[in-house]
Amino acid sequence: MVDPNYLKFDTLSLHAGQQPDPATGARAVPIYQTTSYVFDDTEHAASLFNLERAGHIYSRISNPTTAVLEERLAALEGGVGTVCTASGQAALHLAVATLMGSGGHIVSSSAIYGGSHNMFMHTLPRFGIETSFVHPRDIDGFRHAIRPETRMVFAETVGNPGLEVLDLPAVAAVAHEAAIPLMIDATFTTPYLCRPFDLGADLIMHSVTKFLGGHGVAIGGALVDGGRFDWEASGKFPTMTEPYAGYHGLDFAEEFGPAAFIMRARAEGMRDFGACMSPTTAFYILQGVETLPVRMQRHVENAHAVAHFLDTNDAVSWVNHPDLNQHPDHELAQRLLPKGAGAVLSFGIKGGREAGRRFIEGLRIFSHLANVGDAKSLVIHPATTTHQQMDAQALEASGVGEDMVRLSIGLEDVTDLLSDLDQALRTSQRG
Amino acid sequence: MEFTVDGRKVFATTGGQPFTIDKPCIIFIHGAGGDHSVWVLQARYFAHHGFAVLAIDLPGHGRSDPPLLESVPDMATWLLRLMDCAGVARAILVGHSVGGLVALEATAQAPERIDSLAMLGVNFPMAVHDDLLGRTAANDHQALDLINSWAHGYSAHLGRNKVPGLWMMGGSIRLLERAPDGAVHADLQAAADYNGGLNAAAKVACSALLLLGERDRMTRPKTAQSLAEAIPNVTIVVLPNCGHMIMEEYPDEALRTLIEHLM
Repeated sequence: MVDPNYLKFDTLSLHAGQQPDPATGARAVPIYQTTSYVFDDTEHAASLFNLERAGHIYSRISNPTTAVLEERLAALEGGVGTVCTASGQAALHLAVATLMGSGGHIVSSSAIYGGSHNMFMHTLPRFGIETSFVHPRDIDGFRHAIRPETRMVFAETVGNPGLEVLDLPAVAAVAHEAAIPLMIDATFTTPYLCRPFDLGADLIMHSVTKFLGGHGVAIGGALVDGGRFDWEASGKFPTMTEPYAGYHGLDFAEEFGPAAFIMRARAEGMRDFGACMSPTTAFYILQGVETLPVRMQRHVENAHAVAHFLDTNDAVSWVNHPDLNQHPDHELAQRLLPKGAGAVLSFGIKGGREAGRRFIEGLRIFSHLANVGDAKSLVIHPATTTHQQMDAQALEASGVGEDMVRLSIGLEDVTDLLSDLDQALRTSQRG
Repeated sequence: MEFTVDGRKVFATTGGQPFTIDKPCIIFIHGAGGDHSVWVLQARYFAHHGFAVLAIDLPGHGRSDPPLLESVPDMATWLLRLMDCAGVARAILVGHSVGGLVALEATAQAPERIDSLAMLGVNFPMAVHDDLLGRTAANDHQALDLINSWAHGYSAHLGRNKVPGLWMMGGSIRLLERAPDGAVHADLQAAADYNGGLNAAAKVACSALLLLGERDRMTRPKTAQSLAEAIPNVTIVVLPNCGHMIMEEYPDEALRTLIEHLM
């Protein structure tokens, strides 16, 4: 019997969610730079507002350009739908606000982006939502941290900046034992390297600012719904399973089935919180997504070469990347991330903070800034920048040491990257 | 809302409006392995425009109790019993795929109770490849992927969902995955075994609509010709570029056609 004739990943990266513009024939995705959309008549308007017909009403809620990106990301992840947001942090907040209210509880990996940690640790408690942090390798720790009021388990595919590889199927099983969804921040891996829904995740978020965009010119986020979680059977999510007064008693799980979560996230979250992505940003991110497969292949090839270069350099005390045999999650990475474990790596520089300063300031190609996933190679000292709001205990739990330098490996010729690292490391040791 | 038929729970969504028997009733019937949610837009529209709507889950599907029903005539007889239990004397029937055959057969079994009939993505005979039947009998996931792939026109494989941000191919495979083991197979087998289509068509006393997708690879429009010719009062509409999943691939066109036929 024949195989299913689904379009493949590289094709979907270029085409999913879009066909040539019917009005103009434009091949590229047009930027629909408009706030609102003319209704056919009053009856058409009323039926759009009442979710009797599909279509665009107001660009805070949906926009044709942004919808192409949303559909494309859902296709690449193997999900049912996406809402794009103003930033990755907005996507995380949208997920939390859709899943729970005051009294809710989150179990999170401790090795996550500093901004996410800050939201969980310091901001959400003001709204009555508490978080318990667990080391990403402590599978039983996730299980034991779950409480009756827990509404989400959260982790990153590859931890930031410690590069712990999450045993995603194991953590998913723990979450599902408790009838709770697992949400994954897959920013570091993108769907090219890992499709978390295939490994048991229920929700995915991205900072599309990073590898999905790839160019470092636009901030954005995405929240993707896998459509597998059974909200009705769980019984813990009234936002999905009980009539919503904000939409005339609409029961999202009943009416939208597998798309209940993402429909609720858009209908309520974009309407009421409004952290939407602009159509121009969506256009920028789409330019990156079109070349995602070829870029990610080059990213991981370069990162692999840099990791092995640093691993044998005398100025380096340790190197952390799952491609290396000594990484604690090397075998797990080989199994779950066979195309590569991403292009972010960290290492310890001999000579401490001062040597680190000389190294970063000595680099010529690498740019010193607070981002990852650019086509250009980047460098930062996490303890004094991205993770500086953490206290010593939280830094230790996140695996961030004073000597740690984080690199995001770009698409330059790898011989130039190795040369730049070599000269800056020599400079760092001349103190 | 829930009904009890033959001692078993039956679920139907009512399109966001209370179900009352003082309005004209439309009953929506899903296809193989589906549930009521495939009709979400159409159900909401008609429920807010003067109709009492029941988008049902067939026995053993969605939120309705098992057991699965094994033949189209059995499903049709059951549908008429559901109408009895819901206090519905007369109804408009709208069915998709094998659900369309159920609507046709129910119309033939009780022509005096059916005011209008709409069949979407329906042909006769509704042949199903033996290999596909074998794979669905074994609950092989690849069978679901094959159905999902064939059920959508090429245009849908690219996307451009009318509902912003939703990926049709993803939503449809998740819905098929939700079907209990055996449900997809039972529905496909019932469709393949049904041989009463032309006899039923001849008994249709009400106006009928055949809404077909030009690019439908599951129920090709040309294979619906004999059925169309057997129905006394039928309107045939073929949507360009559309595959088998008419309600999600072209929701506006599907709704407009239903409005023209039913209102």
